[in-house]
Amino acid sequence: MSTVTETTARSADKFRVTRSRRNVAWTGVGALIAVIVLERLPYIVYSGTTTILVQAFIVLTLACMWNLLAGYAGLVSVGQQGFVGLGAYFVLIFALQGISPFWALPLAALCSGAAAFPLWWLVSRLRSGYFAIATWVLAATIMLVFERISALGSGTGLPLPGLSGFSTAILNADIYWAALTVTVVALATTYLLLRGRLGLVLTAIRDDEVAARSSGARVGLTRMIVFVIAGIGCGAAGGVLAISQLGVQPAGVFSISWTAEMAFAVIIGGLGTIEGPILGTAVFMVLQQTLASYNAWYLIIFGSVAILVALFARRGLWGLVDEYAHVRLFPVGYWLWTGGESRRGLRWRRGGRSS
Amino acid sequence: MQWVNDIIQGILTGGLYALFACGLSLMFGVMKVVNLAHGDLAVVAGYIAVGVIAVTHIPVLWSFVIVVPIMAVLGYVLQRTLIQAALNRGVLITLMVTFGLSVVIENGLLQFFTANSRGLGVNNAFITSSFSIGSQITIPYLLLLIFGVAVVVLLGLQYFLSRSKYGRLIRAVADDKEAAQLCGVDYRHVFGIAAAIAFSTVALAGIAYGMYSQLAPTTGTDTILLFAFAAVVIGGLGSLWGTLLGGVILGVAQLIGAQINTSDEVLAGYIVFLAVLLIRPQGLTARRAR
Repeated sequence: MSTVTETTARSADKFRVTRSRRNVAWTGVGALIAVIVLERLPYIVYSGTTTILVQAFIVLTLACMWNLLAGYAGLVSVGQQGFVGLGAYFVLIFALQGISPFWALPLAALCSGAAAFPLWWLVSRLRSGYFAIATWVLAATIMLVFERISALGSGTGLPLPGLSGFSTAILNADIYWAALTVTVVALATTYLLLRGRLGLVLTAIRDDEVAARSSGARVGLTRMIVFVIAGIGCGAAGGVLAISQLGVQPAGVFSISWTAEMAFAVIIGGLGTIEGPILGTAVFMVLQQTLASYNAWYLIIFGSVAILVALFARRGLWGLVDEYAHVRLFPVGYWLWTGGESRRGLRWRRGGRSS
Repeated sequence: MQWVNDIIQGILTGGLYALFACGLSLMFGVMKVVNLAHGDLAVVAGYIAVGVIAVTHIPVLWSFVIVVPIMAVLGYVLQRTLIQAALNRGVLITLMVTFGLSVVIENGLLQFFTANSRGLGVNNAFITSSFSIGSQITIPYLLLLIFGVAVVVLLGLQYFLSRSKYGRLIRAVADDKEAAQLCGVDYRHVFGIAAAIAFSTVALAGIAYGMYSQLAPTTGTDTILLFAFAAVVIGGLGSLWGTLLGGVILGVAQLIGAQINTSDEVLAGYIVFLAVLLIRPQGLTARRAR
């Protein structure tokens, strides 16, 4: 960080601030093409492929939310499976009222978000490590409460009504599109939020909480907003899960493996980057598909890799890419160009102290 | 009289929960590590006890003589390697690493020892027997023993931390590890010792739970870790006797819940936990949350 010499500092007019070192217009075009291709996919491939992709979309949405929590707001929650379960159960509740599960999905996501307010009020009283276990206890409590309700199938759960009218192919395609929509919305929301004021406040908190607080950043409020958004996102993913499994099983939707998968995907891909969860989810899906026949092995290996990455490559796989190639597909920070030196190519600095 | 019996049972079960909690509390108090793998390590200790008993035919109540040293060594090694490495990189990384460890251990147990649950000393006469006071109150010897062990462990820890030379060292390092380092203490070694002590209590907790109930790969998180945590929060962070009080309140709440509806046992405990979190987040005994 000591590369700014007096000369360059004096020639302030030569400084230039951009979102990224490279022009990222092509990323937008690429993302658009990717979404269009993915949208067309049910017409091209067999439903086996789209079913796997639905799973990937669920994990990616969850990872995206966990990244917001842990990577940006500094909240390590190990109780996000509580929101997955809430989303799934809200879809079931609305479907039992006669609403189509697909229309119930956005409602369920919003209800999960609404539930996040009182839950935040409870867990925000504890800090870091104890916050983590408190979220876990909350998730366990929510599951026990739902398991009590006999109208929702008690401990065994219920199949989703309102899906019987579809033919299998159309249902599979609809589930796929619902999952794709949720994921695209989750990614786009995260990106836009982080580019905006919220992202600025979050970066300030991450770098130095006390300094951020004293500069007027409303730390508690910001964290609450992130917790609620993560509640909405995880709820939406839970809703997709319920629809894709054609029913709700409490032990399945409230499983701690959801939190394990989202956390490991983020840690491996790269904490605190938007690209990280995407890369991490890809790694996860490859592992899961190759080790599918070896029961618990995929979580053992995935967890061990996550531990190693957390210890030895803190910024994850994308951090490594970024370090060597200086690429950000979805830039949310700023680059500071020190004038004149940019011609030499390598003298650049990043705004903030995020490295 | 049934209620009196339940409350006595609840109080005694509280001793077991306090035993779950004191390792968690100690690790947090000294290293500021919230060990999310705490419960899974207790299950590992229980499984080691099963193995040790099968190999050496040692009486189940004496299995701790072998298991506690094994876990203490494991604690020291784990602290000096994995946990210390994580600690050097910050609180968030520590949480992620211990969470990763928890998932790896749990799925490892599932993979190698199946999901079947195992008990310790299932046919042991002492473990299954109980004595009666009057016609209504029945107290199992085992629960009484566990409660006694919990009290002895807490007393021992209290005495060790406040009176002994090594306890003073641990408190000094917990207060300010850099200053202690300047005075010639290797804080990493002291952390390792503290972890060894914490893991010893974890071993006792695992064996005790294995005798009291059944151990399965998921017991570590859904029972031991969460109950330990609830006991710590109810009693007050950083207070050893508060932990016992928290455990007792949790135990009594669960047995009252079980009286209302057998499936509500665990839920009743969590509701008390949430109520304490709501009304008195610093816990019942703590003067100030640390």
